[in-house]
Amino acid sequence: MSISELSTLETSFNKLVETLIAKKLESEAFTVKLSSERSQFTRFNNAKVRQTGSVADGYVQLTLMDNQRTCYRHFPFTGNWEIDWQTAYAALLELREELPYLPIDPYLVLPSGNNTSSEVNTGKLLELDMVVSTILAPVSELDFTGIYAGGIVIKGYADSCGQKHWFVTDSFTLDYSIFSSEGQAVKGFYAGSKWDDNGYIAKINDAKKQLKLLAHPPKELPRGEYRTYFAPAAVSDLISMLSWGGVSEADIQQGHSSLALLWRGEKQLSPLLNLKENFQLGLVPRFNELGEMAVPELHVIEKGTLASTLVNSRTAKEYDKVANGANSTESLRSPEICPGNLSFDNILTQLGTGLYVSNLHYLNWSDLPTGRITGMTRYACFWVENGEIVAPIENLRFDETLYKFWGENLVDFTNFQEFIPEVGTYDSRQLGGNMAPGMLVDNFTYTL
Amino acid sequence: MLIELTKAINNIDIAADWVGIRAVKDTSATRNVRDGIPQRNGKSTTLGAMVEVLVDGCIGYAATNSLQHDALQLAAETAYKQARSAQQWSVYKFATTTARPKVVGEYVSPYTQPFDAIGSGEINDILVRTCKTLKVSDKIVQTVAEVITTDRETWFVSSNGSEVYQKFLFISTYYGTTAQDSGVVQQRTSNGWQAHTYQGGLERFQDDKLWQRVQRIGEEAIELLGAEECPDIRTSLVLAPDQMMLQIHESVGHPLEIDRILGDERNYAGGSFVKKSDFGNLVYGSKLMNITFDPTVPGEIASYAFDDTGAVATREYLIKEGVLQRGVGSLESQARAGIPGVACARACSWNRPAIDRMANLNLEPGEGTFDDVIKDIEHGVYMESNRSWSIDDRRYKFQFGCEYAKLIENGKLTKTLRNPNYRATTPEFWGSLVKVGGASTWEMYGTPFCGKGEPNQAIWVGHGSPVCVFADVEVFGGGA
Repeated sequence: MSISELSTLETSFNKLVETLIAKKLESEAFTVKLSSERSQFTRFNNAKVRQTGSVADGYVQLTLMDNQRTCYRHFPFTGNWEIDWQTAYAALLELREELPYLPIDPYLVLPSGNNTSSEVNTGKLLELDMVVSTILAPVSELDFTGIYAGGIVIKGYADSCGQKHWFVTDSFTLDYSIFSSEGQAVKGFYAGSKWDDNGYIAKINDAKKQLKLLAHPPKELPRGEYRTYFAPAAVSDLISMLSWGGVSEADIQQGHSSLALLWRGEKQLSPLLNLKENFQLGLVPRFNELGEMAVPELHVIEKGTLASTLVNSRTAKEYDKVANGANSTESLRSPEICPGNLSFDNILTQLGTGLYVSNLHYLNWSDLPTGRITGMTRYACFWVENGEIVAPIENLRFDETLYKFWGENLVDFTNFQEFIPEVGTYDSRQLGGNMAPGMLVDNFTYTL
Repeated sequence: MLIELTKAINNIDIAADWVGIRAVKDTSATRNVRDGIPQRNGKSTTLGAMVEVLVDGCIGYAATNSLQHDALQLAAETAYKQARSAQQWSVYKFATTTARPKVVGEYVSPYTQPFDAIGSGEINDILVRTCKTLKVSDKIVQTVAEVITTDRETWFVSSNGSEVYQKFLFISTYYGTTAQDSGVVQQRTSNGWQAHTYQGGLERFQDDKLWQRVQRIGEEAIELLGAEECPDIRTSLVLAPDQMMLQIHESVGHPLEIDRILGDERNYAGGSFVKKSDFGNLVYGSKLMNITFDPTVPGEIASYAFDDTGAVATREYLIKEGVLQRGVGSLESQARAGIPGVACARACSWNRPAIDRMANLNLEPGEGTFDDVIKDIEHGVYMESNRSWSIDDRRYKFQFGCEYAKLIENGKLTKTLRNPNYRATTPEFWGSLVKVGGASTWEMYGTPFCGKGEPNQAIWVGHGSPVCVFADVEVFGGGA
């Protein structure tokens, strides 16, 4: 998207909001949420292009509130004022007509405050006609598979109080796997806002070295408990589970949280565990669906105790809590697990004999109230004996409670972290990622 | 719209061998009530077009949310650049005649009651009443009722004369409750999350058994609070159709997707333990296993007349008497792999390219009533309604959990069991299929959220199945 197109979109968005303010009735309040992207998606298989294309998308969600009732319309936002206003005005009239028929919502929160923000992060990405050759030339001899996703993402917010937020980022993610002839694979990411050929080639060279470790025949391990080192990408997957039945105050109140035992004081986690929301990385907007700003840092778990759940204004009103700028789903947006003391050089020696797990796959709660998670090991995972990598492993299924692996069985976190980018593209390109250290755990349970 | 899009195709000035436009308009209304309080009321509309071009065997695409001529022309030019830049690196050289044949026709979902037959206020009243009915005890700590209706129209036109119009009416209902007592928490829902997902109108919302079903959901949640844990044991496992849905989906549908077998999904959803050479000879399960790919079932969620590349939808056996026959592979995948497939190139919306997808995958009924099916089981566990699912990236090692179970002793259902789970490997499991219930036990469900693809796509699929019995399966309970 060019600077002029970006400017046209912002102007059009502002005009939409101003006109809605002018058209609204005195008793009405509204919020307007914008999401837009211009994205390049190129998909690779075996160092060839499987699918390549681009997407120009954008939508607005208009939420109207009046007389303790609320309703929304979500519609395309093209940047063409004539088309967009016609759609928006029709939506406003429909909402106005529907509202009186809906039940009263006692926990409705109206927009308030006077927050505004504007953040435009520029980037230097690959030109469309250079994406394929730049990415594939260095890996043409490898079984390289994955996706490049890049371009501008815009998130906007405005409301009837005059609050306004505008967030633009021009960024890319290259999410890839390189397979050995035996079907084992090394997983990698290259992400940022400025493409650098040297940075990319360095990543691929690293992956080639790891690939050599996978050359041995994989070892099939019996089910049982193993001392395990989880690399940062695997820890990141475990952190993400807390956004789905974990840190949400509403989930705790409504019987859907794996952390309810911690919240009630019936279980403890290790004092080594410190989890926070850290917006200071600036990769995702701090504003939420009501224009409220989250604090730059929020300690969620501090030395193993639940310091703060994520509370949005609606939950706060319903359960008489204090809101902390959480989003509508009270999920983690910029999580970070703080580092520990285990140095990179000591990982294998501290692991001794056990499993080195680089990545996990398909995690799900197997028993949510007790914090039990099942999932699979994936990609480059190894059997280690006496501090030496012996062989890659056939993937194993695990089934283990977080009260053990983040509790009594947690040995240490590494003294370094990695940023694991969010590469999800359901509906639209997701932003941000997790800051995670590696983690050493005793007696981790593998079941199949 | 077909006329406008055909005109647009004719006006697009591009030196491609083939140009296609697939436009989608989708309006989805969500009504959600928790504990009798409205949580979500609104409508979402998406409208846009996917423009594809084929240039010397390479496909490029560009999607736009504007249907204005200049936007479609720009999209075609961008798609052309995409194809040109990838030409030297393309995974396969596609031909128009095989990858995008000419097709003309239309499809409309069957329904009896239109979505606007009752207003949003009345729908909310029913959902509020549902929450009240679910709350059978003070130990019920949460009740949820939701209905989502979607009116989706798609138009497909191409430079080789294709003209397809399809109109779908989708409806999903969901009722769930959470019960809690002294630290024990149990959930019971209407056959699992969003399992009641069909094509049709509001007749799917207000069926005759609605209140009876809702009442039972609340009562069973309370029953689970006092139930015994599912034992850790190898025994006969009987699965209800609402769990068979997940079992078929994860351990049959996904591993048979030809794009997974070709390696397209290895960086995301994963590959498959099935190989190209397995088609026509792999014994996938016992002789009782007959599974069809069937987008022709009236009312099943993933029925259609044409897939998103114009392939004509037909019913085909994927597995017959336990032997693998064909894969879930589109025209593109069939050409690449050289094995038979089905009409399954599907995209979740206008802004994503079509990939290999399940439609409706159904297990054919066998014989007998539910009582007949369990009468010879000396010891076993009967499980209903999925609550947890996880399977490896080759679709081999799985672990699934259910909401509700009953112990089977001497051919009868006896005690209620909570936190039931089971785990196995796919070939071992389907090989242990020892009984398939008759048509009286066959039920049809669906899910609107099957995730796959890069960029990611969530799509709707349907699964019908009778009650099934699997011998000697590892089952176990919950707890830390």
